[in-house]
Amino acid sequence: MIVLFYNRKTKNRLSTLWMLIAISFVIILPFILGVGLYYKSSMLFQENSLGDLLFSKLWKPSIGKFGFATFIMGSVWVTFIAMLISAPICIFAALSITQYSRKFYLRIIHPVIDILAGLPSVVYGVWGVIVVVPFISNVIAPIFGAQTMGYSILAGAIVLSVMIIPFILNILIEIFRTIPIELTEASLSLGATKWETIKYVLVKKAVPGIIASIGFGLARAFGETMAVLMVVGNMIQIPKNVFDAGYPLPALIANNYGEMLSIPKYDSALMFAALILFVVVMVFNALMRMLIVRYDKY
Amino acid sequence: MNNTTKIKVDNLNLYIGKQHILKDINIEIPENKLTVILGPSGCGKTTLLKCMNRLTDLYQDVKINGSIFIDNEDILHTKTDVTEIRKKMGLLSQRPFPLPMNIYNNVAYGLKISGRRNKKALDARVENYLKQVNLWDEVHDRLHEPASKLSIGQQQRLCLARGLAVDPEIILADEPTSALDPISSETIERKFEELKQQYTIVMVTHILRQARRIADYVVFMYMGEVIEQGPAKEFFENPKMDRTKSYLQGAFN
Amino acid sequence: MIKKIEEIFFRSLMLISNLLILFVLALILLSIFKKGLGALNWEMLSQRPHGGYYYGKEGGVLNAIVGSLYLSFGATLLATIIGVPVALFMNVYLVKQKRVLNFIRFLLDLIWGVPSIVYGAFGFTLMVFLGIKTSLLAGIITVTLFILPIMIRACDEILKTSPLGLLEASLSLGSTKTETSFRVVLMQSFSGIITAILLSFGRAIGDAASVLFTAGYTDNIPSSLSEPAATLPLSIFFQLSSPVPEVQNRAYASAVILIIIILTISLLSRALSKKYHKNRI
Repeated sequence: MIVLFYNRKTKNRLSTLWMLIAISFVIILPFILGVGLYYKSSMLFQENSLGDLLFSKLWKPSIGKFGFATFIMGSVWVTFIAMLISAPICIFAALSITQYSRKFYLRIIHPVIDILAGLPSVVYGVWGVIVVVPFISNVIAPIFGAQTMGYSILAGAIVLSVMIIPFILNILIEIFRTIPIELTEASLSLGATKWETIKYVLVKKAVPGIIASIGFGLARAFGETMAVLMVVGNMIQIPKNVFDAGYPLPALIANNYGEMLSIPKYDSALMFAALILFVVVMVFNALMRMLIVRYDKY
Repeated sequence: MNNTTKIKVDNLNLYIGKQHILKDINIEIPENKLTVILGPSGCGKTTLLKCMNRLTDLYQDVKINGSIFIDNEDILHTKTDVTEIRKKMGLLSQRPFPLPMNIYNNVAYGLKISGRRNKKALDARVENYLKQVNLWDEVHDRLHEPASKLSIGQQQRLCLARGLAVDPEIILADEPTSALDPISSETIERKFEELKQQYTIVMVTHILRQARRIADYVVFMYMGEVIEQGPAKEFFENPKMDRTKSYLQGAFN
Repeated sequence: MIKKIEEIFFRSLMLISNLLILFVLALILLSIFKKGLGALNWEMLSQRPHGGYYYGKEGGVLNAIVGSLYLSFGATLLATIIGVPVALFMNVYLVKQKRVLNFIRFLLDLIWGVPSIVYGAFGFTLMVFLGIKTSLLAGIITVTLFILPIMIRACDEILKTSPLGLLEASLSLGSTKTETSFRVVLMQSFSGIITAILLSFGRAIGDAASVLFTAGYTDNIPSSLSEPAATLPLSIFFQLSSPVPEVQNRAYASAVILIIIILTISLLSRALSKKYHKNRI
């Protein structure tokens, strides 16, 4: 046996086998995830139609009524406002970083982006609780004549927007960097100023990439849990304005794991929430990847 | 034969970081002639060309000393807007890089930028310049398709058309045929022969035969230095320097 | 003139965007350090919480520090054992099958995007299925799944840049593919792989949503894989919501510790990757 093990061919065969097992596992992982979540949530379908689950606002776990509309709306609100804040910031920052910045500034901003990207979600949550929430309650809300504790859709959106900035920004920087410099040269030689070149040529060339980066950002924001959970208020209501508390899907899952097994079908409901997240994120990412691939060929 | 100098490069030195790329360049490029900058790859030809319309501004590590006079104005130290200087020159690069817009707008881009928006006048000019580069017949029925759908040869002619459309006085061409098939190359070369009546053309190439075919005036560069320059006939038939002789005999490439 | 004003307008927006990004990072770090540094002392680092983590005023967060380290080392180790061979397989065995390779990369990018809460929920399902309780082991398995795609894609990006010629040279010298994979390709990209592992470790130690249902939370330091384990992110999350200020201080201190760990990892991998991308700024 030991002799066998030291045989080069056997060693080759064994490690090849391990590689094959590992890669097969990785390839079927998304399917296991999908099937597993579907299997666990399928019990819900016996009494609730898919339409009811997605579009009903009625959330009464005790009588077996699970309408996710409130939570889906909560997620959509938070994500949408977060994107509204971070998309323009990212586009402008990416343009200045790739087109105008001097090297010494790049030496500062790149690590800054890296650190922002690396900070854990809970850390953003803590920042949200000690800075953003009071700021909304004491400063922003009074401006609009609203009263709020600060734990609100807006707080969730602000924290979320900061979290996804490094994510979107890195993609955008990459996209602007891959545009050949000859295109800039061509535009400049035709008498365009630098800004005209950016406006008419670079941004135009990058449109599919910009859309994709925002799409990736949306998907990332949609599933982000802890930071949002900590500041968004978590009240089961359809928010009327941004100062109301909301209850996004990921927060629903994270907040209720304790009761998961005490109410019948509650665990299935939470798994269904996870399934929604999984499907939305996968579909979004797949679409955006395809957009980028098509545009690369083009 | 008039022999006015259009571009005069005076004691030009260029560094990228610590590397000395162009060394004491002194050349005079005659007006309405086709000047070829000849030399093996990596000798600094392209960099020299880019200096002429200040595209070197795009790179942060580049340091330039010396002067480049165009019509007696030192473009490296002028107070004039760089954009105005660049408008005097059309650029044709190694591979065609059509702008991300349709064929029509590729040609109209420079005109629109400089404020000409009259639709009829634009149409006429676009047609005119597309005809000049023999592209009109191939594309007149699909002017609003993306330029990237054209073949490489067509794209390069389109790039020439868009450069001509802004009424330059000088055409800078950086190995404009190196990515093209023989037929497209020939079209471009023939076009250059016509264009030099009205334009000063500066073309970079490392293809000796191409230089022989079309050059009026030759600047030969090697390792960042100008080794020899002169009228084409003289340069090819009676080179003075040893380096030139061995290059012409194909000793290095 | 209008052109000029437009350009100035947009350049100011660019400037503002940059300043905002710099400002926000400074604000995050300063606000948390201000609250947390005061609370950070030797007791915090060396003791478990006394009297329950939610109400007990005494003690520190040693349980969470040790738990997090156990969990992240375990998950990173597992993910390395699975992930590095996968990346090698892709770049040695499949290097010429561009279509297969693109498909695998596509899949990996997709699961990379799956939110960690989904892994958490799935991990919980898996635990019920396998009949294990909330424990260090369950946490490690879940976090492994979560960081696996990150690890593989990061390694893949590094290995992708290793020249094909090297591979062919090694194979033509009579090495088996395994030997080529591990001795030549892996060794050549060694510091890059370490960066990828560090990156995954950073993800593992910072994530809360995936361990919420799976690793549990406890005041104790786990002595075996089957016991629950506290983690730093959850130590922040749970203790911040406590009404007791001393307990909240533990949350802030945990946040500072976590940030320091993440910054250290980030610095380390920057130093390492400098070797790789000399020109990357």
